[in-house]
Order: sequence, then structure tokens, then C-alpha cells
Amino acid sequence: MDLYEYQARDVFASYGVPVLAGGVATTPQQARDIAVDIGGQVVVKAQVKTGGRGKAGGVKLADTPEDAQARATDILGMDIKGHTVHRVLVAQASGIAEEYYFSYLLDRANRGFLCIASVEGGVEIEEVAVKNPEALARVPIDAGSGVDEALAREIVTAARFPDDVAEQVVAIAVSLWKVFVGEDATLVEVNPLAKTPDGTVLALDGKVSLDENAGFRHAEHAELEDRAAADPLEQQAKAKDLNYVKLDGEVGIIGNGAGLVMSTLDVVAYAGEEFGGVKPANFLDIGGGASAQVMADGLGIILSDPSVRSVFVNVFGGITSCDAVADGIVTALGLLENSATKPIVVRLDGNNVEEGRRILDEAAHPLVEQVDTMDGAARRAAELAAADK
Amino acid sequence: MSIFLSENSKVIVQGMTGSEGSKHTRRMLASGTAIVGGVTPGKGGQSADFDGRALPVFDSVAEAIAETAADVTVIFVPPKFAKSAVIEAVDAGIGLAVVITEGIPVHDSTSCWAHARGGATRIIGPNCPGVISPGRSNAGIIPADIAGPGRIGLVSKSGTLTYQMMYELRDIGFSTAVGIGGDPVIGTTHIDCLEAFEADPDTEAIVMIGEIGGDAEERAAEYIAANLTKPVVGYVAGFTAPEGKTMGHAGAIVSGSSGTAQAKQQALEAAGVRVGKTPSEAARLMRELMGSPTG
Repeated sequence: MDLYEYQARDVFASYGVPVLAGGVATTPQQARDIAVDIGGQVVVKAQVKTGGRGKAGGVKLADTPEDAQARATDILGMDIKGHTVHRVLVAQASGIAEEYYFSYLLDRANRGFLCIASVEGGVEIEEVAVKNPEALARVPIDAGSGVDEALAREIVTAARFPDDVAEQVVAIAVSLWKVFVGEDATLVEVNPLAKTPDGTVLALDGKVSLDENAGFRHAEHAELEDRAAADPLEQQAKAKDLNYVKLDGEVGIIGNGAGLVMSTLDVVAYAGEEFGGVKPANFLDIGGGASAQVMADGLGIILSDPSVRSVFVNVFGGITSCDAVADGIVTALGLLENSATKPIVVRLDGNNVEEGRRILDEAAHPLVEQVDTMDGAARRAAELAAADK
Repeated sequence: MSIFLSENSKVIVQGMTGSEGSKHTRRMLASGTAIVGGVTPGKGGQSADFDGRALPVFDSVAEAIAETAADVTVIFVPPKFAKSAVIEAVDAGIGLAVVITEGIPVHDSTSCWAHARGGATRIIGPNCPGVISPGRSNAGIIPADIAGPGRIGLVSKSGTLTYQMMYELRDIGFSTAVGIGGDPVIGTTHIDCLEAFEADPDTEAIVMIGEIGGDAEERAAEYIAANLTKPVVGYVAGFTAPEGKTMGHAGAIVSGSSGTAQAKQQALEAAGVRVGKTPSEAARLMRELMGSPTG
């Protein structure tokens, strides 16, 4: 889960990372009140989980509380790369003498973590990596020993931070590591890490990604989730504990196992090329031991998606046997009754497939059609979706 | 021969008395695996019955090893307790730890790895279906009846795609199939398996299944180009996955332009790997290689 800037700022502050005074507002009036509290010039920043908001006009300076209110009026409701702005961060404005970059992230290849730091911050770090790779210090971090003051000093030296800020950056590096571990983050990024004209180093903007698998030891993380911004179907699926991702095509997909479902999306997209570019409408993994209820929940969500024209149920019976899956489909259709209106192509293979196919044949549900192979079934589902377009 | 497991492997199950643990212990026993006991802290001294076979339960892995000479553990412990279960297995010096558990925080997986590095224990997983050498041993949840022993080695991030591929090539059979898991941080990698298959006289050709996220497939491609003499057929899932969305597996995410299926396919093809566009096409390519054209 990615946090908004204002949430990252709050997390940083709670670990003693220096940030500027500020608060989050959902209305222009609130923005005004925060500006009054701060006093002096403020910056009003759109809170969206995408880059390039400055260029899109989502970051504005305001000299007075009235001005802050006016800027918030402009920015709230703005669309930035498909993200509607529902909140603004109103923060004390600050002069910037220098901009640095600092992050901790997961290093999959080394099964550990990595620190990336640079004195060339304030721009997209990917650009720095391409144009001026020697300006980036990459320091591997052992998950066992972590970042202590000594390693923080090594990082500061490797990134060639100027002497006058070195001690401050060391302290920030240690605090950010505490954020990274303490919050079970997979990314903590400060960009820019800024030096103000009076020589103070501050985290001016930040990104934090949290590991959802660690939710069991962070009950408070659930509060950070922006449910209103989630796709309504994804939200419904999450409430039913289903692994669902909304996509923009027409063929609803249900399968068992993440890899097989990803593969199913691809095979449907290939097949769809023949039928006017029909594409998968979603990713939905119902898992290894899917019960009839899970199948019904999954089918229910997919059939409530207005863009779905056909459904492809692709199951390989590994641990689950195909007769149980077939029973699940029949029961699910019984539970859904009249809300099931789209053709459903089913491909069953693997454990006890003959019995599974027999159950579906015998049920002879008018919407259900069986195809023996994954490629053939994908083609048929794409064809049916195209016919209904 | 086979990799990582043999008919002499003595297997214990951590979390054997839990629902998943007992279900799969029963299945592993039925497929002929030499399960010698289980570990559930606090239940040491009891025994657990599996269709008339009583297996001893131990309080700790160290005790289980001392009593049974076990050299493999399969871990079904819930995410909250998985880190300490893995560290316990590593500290007891077991040769192979197969971590089935899904949903382990990545900070826990990295700790386990930091603890195990340089030690005696190979970790497979987490979030994986395990490893099977058909007809010899089965440490994990891969159904033993999909395919029998044969000459293909398989390594995959995905469980169901492992099953699908084994099913498609069941007439040729497998030396070993390893599900390495779909988490961002895993113990045994594609490269570790490729290296072991290259050295295994019973493996003639290798199927490698990857998916979006990270660059393990790209690194495997480099390894193949530099080190492998045996033919490799590849398959990569997730060409249609959108950027920034986790596709079921915690590690299956395209971040910006990195971790795409296209990049993985290109890297594999550049290394001389024939990559199937679909699982069945990959199976067909393997058939051509093995001179077994009919399915």
C-alpha cells in the first residue's frame, strides 16, 4: 500500500525525521485555517499518488490564508493523470538552498535492502540514474544488521553529502531506517531532502509503501488505506477476501492460482486480437481450495461489472479436484439465479476432470459452455465477448 | 538422481498438527514420502495419526533431527510465526527447508535469509508449492499424481502453472519440479535450480516458468547463456498486467518500466531459450526438443 505525502509526512514526524509544519485539508476553509495556524507563506500541495503534480498545477504557493483558501479551491477536485484531488497538504513554505535524494527500498536480487542516496535530488531519480549514474550512491543493507550510525556515515560519504549537512543527514538516515523497519515498509523515499537557506535539512516530500502482509502487526495501517479512491469492484472483492484487480476489457476471468490467472489474461488477450481487440476485464484468483461460496462470490462480482460481455472460468485441478470445482460453479449459478446473464466458458483440467466435466454436462446450464483446452476456451470466450459488443 | 530431494530424504513437517499441515502430511505420505515426524511447540511427546500411521510430534526441530535424522522440513506455520519457525530450522542445521506459508512479511523473509546465508540450510519459498521428485519424494503441496518420473526438470514461480505444465508433459515425466514461490524475496532462485539441473544426470531438458516483477528471469537468462549446456524452454506470465498492480503474488508487480513480461521474454530469447507464448506452446516446444511430438 502506497501512502499519500501527508501520511508519509506524519509517519516521518512520529519517528523524529524533521519535516515542516503543516496539515491536510479536504475543504478550502480547512486549508485557510491551517494557513492561519502556520502563519506566513504556505505551499498548497495536491495529494495524489502519481508524479508530475507540480507540472499539472497541483502545487501552489500562497502568501496569506485567503490566498491558501483560493489555491485550495483551485486544486481540490482537479484531475491529475486520472487521479481526482480530494485532499491538499498545506505546509509551511520554505526556501531551498540544495535538494538531495534519499531512499531505502527492497532489493529483491540480493534478498535484502538497498539505500540509494544522491546530492542531486528534487528531480525524478530515474532520470539521474540514466543521465548521471555516478551521482547515485547505492549501498546494500543487510537485513540482519540494518542501518546504524556507522553505516549511515558510510552512506553519507558514498553519496558525497557536503560536510556542513553530514551530521544532520546521518541522523535522518538512522531515523528513516527506523521508519522502514518499524512500519514494515518496502519503500521509504525522501525527495527532496532539502537544505534550507539557514542550513537545516528537512524531508520536504516523501513516499512510503507498506507491506500489506505485515498488517497483522500494524492494526493502525488499515486506517491509512483510502477506500474511497479504490475501484468499487476491487473494494467489494476485498471485502469478500478475493484477489481481484479491475482491468479495462470485456472478458471476465476467474482462475485458481496467481500464475495461472496471469497466464489466462495473456491467452485471452492474444485470442482477442482476432476479435476486434477484446481484452480481459479483470484478474481474479480464487485460490487453491476454492469453495462453492468463493466461486459464487467471484462470479457475482464479475457479473456485476457492466463492461463484462463473457466470462472465462479457467481451473486446473491440482489440490482441488475438478468435481468440487464443477459443483461450485453449479451451486454458484444457483445462488446467483437471474443475476447471471452472460455466457460462461469453462475449462477444467487436472485432478478428476472427467467427473467435473460430467457434472457440468448434466447440469446443462444454458449459460455454461465447456471447452477442453485453455487456448480453445480463451478463443471461445473472446468470440462470445466480441459477439455481444 | 534428482535435485534437492531423493528417495532417502527424511522429511519432518513444521505445523503438522494444523489443518493445512495435516492435510498435506497425509498427501505426502500417500505419495510415498518418508515423513518421519512433525514439530508443534508444546505438543512434543504426542503422536499424530495419519490413516493408521502414527507419527511422532516434537517440540523443536533440533529434537526432531536428533530423534529421526530428518534432513528436510516442510513449513506450514502461519505467517505470524513463520520467521521463528524458519530460523529454528536453520539453527538446527537442517539441509532443506521448504516454506509453503503465504503472506509472510518481507522484512521477516529478509531476516530469515540474512540468518541462513552461508549456513547449511537451503530455503525454498516462501509462498511456494514446494519440490517434488516424482516417485522418490514430495516435500510440499504439488499433487503427486499429475506426472511421473522422467527427464524434464521444472522451475517455476507459480504453483498452478507448475501443475499445468506437469500435466501437459506428463507422458515425458519429470526428474524434479521446484516451485520457488511468488514472493519478492525467496530463498532458492531460478538460477540455483538451473545450476542443480545442469549437474543432474537424470535431467535432459529444463522448463523455466517466470512471471512479472523483479529481474530474476533476466538474471537467469544471463546465467543460462554463460553456464548451461542443457536446453531450456521458457514461459513468462503477465504480459497484460497493468503497471503498479500486484497480481495475486506479492512479488508479481510491474514497477514503472521494470519487471515486465516483455523484458523477461526478450532476455530469455537472447540467451537462446525458446519461449512459449502460452503454457501449451511452451509444452509443445519441449516436446519438439524431447522428440516426443504427440501429446
